[in-house]
Amino acid sequence: MNPSRFQQVSNVEWRIEPFGAMRVPAVIYADEALIREMDDKVLEQLTNVAALPGIVEAAYAMPDAHWGYGFPIGGVAAFDAEEGGVVSAGGVGFDISCGVRTLHTGLRAADIAPLKQRFADRLFANIPAGVGSTGQLRLNPGEMDAMLRGGARWAVDRGYGSVADLDRIEEHGCMAGAEPGQVSEQAKRRQRDEIGTLGSGNHYLELQEVVEIYDDKAAERFRLRQGEVVVSIHCGSRGLGHQIGTEFLRQMVIAAPGHGIVLPDRELACAPINSTLGQAYLGAMRAAINCALANRQVLTHLAREVFADLLPGTHLNLIYDVSHNTCKLEPHTVDGRSRRLYVHRKGATRAFGPGHPALPADLRDIGQPVLIGGSMGTASYILAGTEEGMTRAFSSACHGAGRAMSRHQATRQWHGRALVDELASQGILIRSPSLRGVAEEAPGAYKDVSAVVEAAHRAGLARKVAKLRPLVCIKG
Amino acid sequence: MSGRYWEHFPHQADMGVRGVGPSREAAFEQAALAMTAVVTDPARVLPATPVDIRCEAPDDELLLVDWLNALILEMAARHMLFSHFDITLEGQRLNAVAWGEPVDPERHQPAVEIKGATYTELSVSQNESDQWQAQCVVDV
Repeated sequence: MNPSRFQQVSNVEWRIEPFGAMRVPAVIYADEALIREMDDKVLEQLTNVAALPGIVEAAYAMPDAHWGYGFPIGGVAAFDAEEGGVVSAGGVGFDISCGVRTLHTGLRAADIAPLKQRFADRLFANIPAGVGSTGQLRLNPGEMDAMLRGGARWAVDRGYGSVADLDRIEEHGCMAGAEPGQVSEQAKRRQRDEIGTLGSGNHYLELQEVVEIYDDKAAERFRLRQGEVVVSIHCGSRGLGHQIGTEFLRQMVIAAPGHGIVLPDRELACAPINSTLGQAYLGAMRAAINCALANRQVLTHLAREVFADLLPGTHLNLIYDVSHNTCKLEPHTVDGRSRRLYVHRKGATRAFGPGHPALPADLRDIGQPVLIGGSMGTASYILAGTEEGMTRAFSSACHGAGRAMSRHQATRQWHGRALVDELASQGILIRSPSLRGVAEEAPGAYKDVSAVVEAAHRAGLARKVAKLRPLVCIKG
Repeated sequence: MSGRYWEHFPHQADMGVRGVGPSREAAFEQAALAMTAVVTDPARVLPATPVDIRCEAPDDELLLVDWLNALILEMAARHMLFSHFDITLEGQRLNAVAWGEPVDPERHQPAVEIKGATYTELSVSQNESDQWQAQCVVDV
């Protein structure tokens, strides 16, 4: 994208005042190099979002923004129900509540070095990953609805993890307002045997080493010490979320004219928050959030089983679990007035600053952990929400690196086996059922996650706390 | 170019599927093959088991997305891949039998799971030489 199309507010903030159908400005947080790398579609999609009814303040894009569906990936937009605001299935995306959780092991990288191969093999054997894989659980209709209402709390009640985990999950592990009755039988059918599965694509479970600390106080509170090992899990609501996204997108496209909504792009499909369809979607979407939270909780249990076998006595304590594809009703101050807004974050991470009441008591003075997943073989980061971020993009930050090239280009450039060998020579063990999948997810196919994180840090969206390097990566 | 064939076209994060053929049915069939090819080589998938699929939509484009999403649902819920399709179209009503087999990770080496067919780059059209083309981006 050509930066001259924007008014440059600072080195890391670019703005376009409303034109055409836009109701609010479009704002991108990124440095100039990242702006230049972005596809023109990001701006086109952002200006379309800025034209949606009831949008408040601005349509925002994070430093990792790229061409998505309707909304850019890395897009943030908030809507006021009282001003005709909408909820958009496209603004949440297919992988509802996709997110990252990171667990502290207390082990040093040196402790697991002799066991690394065994960890890789055992984790790969214990964590169902890839196309066609199934979990150990089979949910009957009653259990399905209980899971969709209870989220991670449902999983803990059934022995997957401990109550202490719940405090370190957004919404304390259970999204309120979920309505399993709004989730179709097809979506439930797709999920029957998928709880406790990783999925595929860019989803992973990694053992990572803390290689750099930027903020001693926050790192200490997050229990991050240099040279120690953490476990990170990146995945979402599996088939159930995908099916809900598919079905409501269709319903919203067809219902839009009846709601008086003109869609410049069908992927922007949305419905008034105060409509039957809007409320049905919110109930189903919240159930999918619970599905994602339950799924990550069960996967955590499976990882703990492997640690209990290989290094008995190891405790995997949850640092935090945060989603990056959601729509949530949150109080925000806009122009000095407190308002309750439906904040869409599509490929953007919530980043509440210090003092926020939603944070667990022992993290409240530090700010929310913001977990940024890297691509396979590169770095991941942990950041913390900031005070200033509360007035920027409704407390949101980036979510990852974002792709720099298509899957096609990636498979032309890399071969799975060679990539696995090359990463192994760097001390990074990859386990995946598909070598083609590995090639498509080559680290070089992604943008530089460090540049993205640096821009988020400089823009004050969140502050850097620690850098993580992968040791073992289980890919779907 | 005549005949029937499928191809992929690039999308930054995902993949576009395009089917071309002498009829709408052929274009829809080729688009479905293109979708299987996002996951694995369709030639490796045995058309052993039939699955009935029906859908109906207000227009051709929504029908294409419905067709591909119905396949995605069956692929996910049955853990299957499909390689042969018998399609009948009457207006905007589709009746089809998709033939395939359960996923075999060793043999199929499935690259990625498809989450949904999208409205991005969506079109169903007929050109001057009466060739039909059906395409959209699928989210993976």
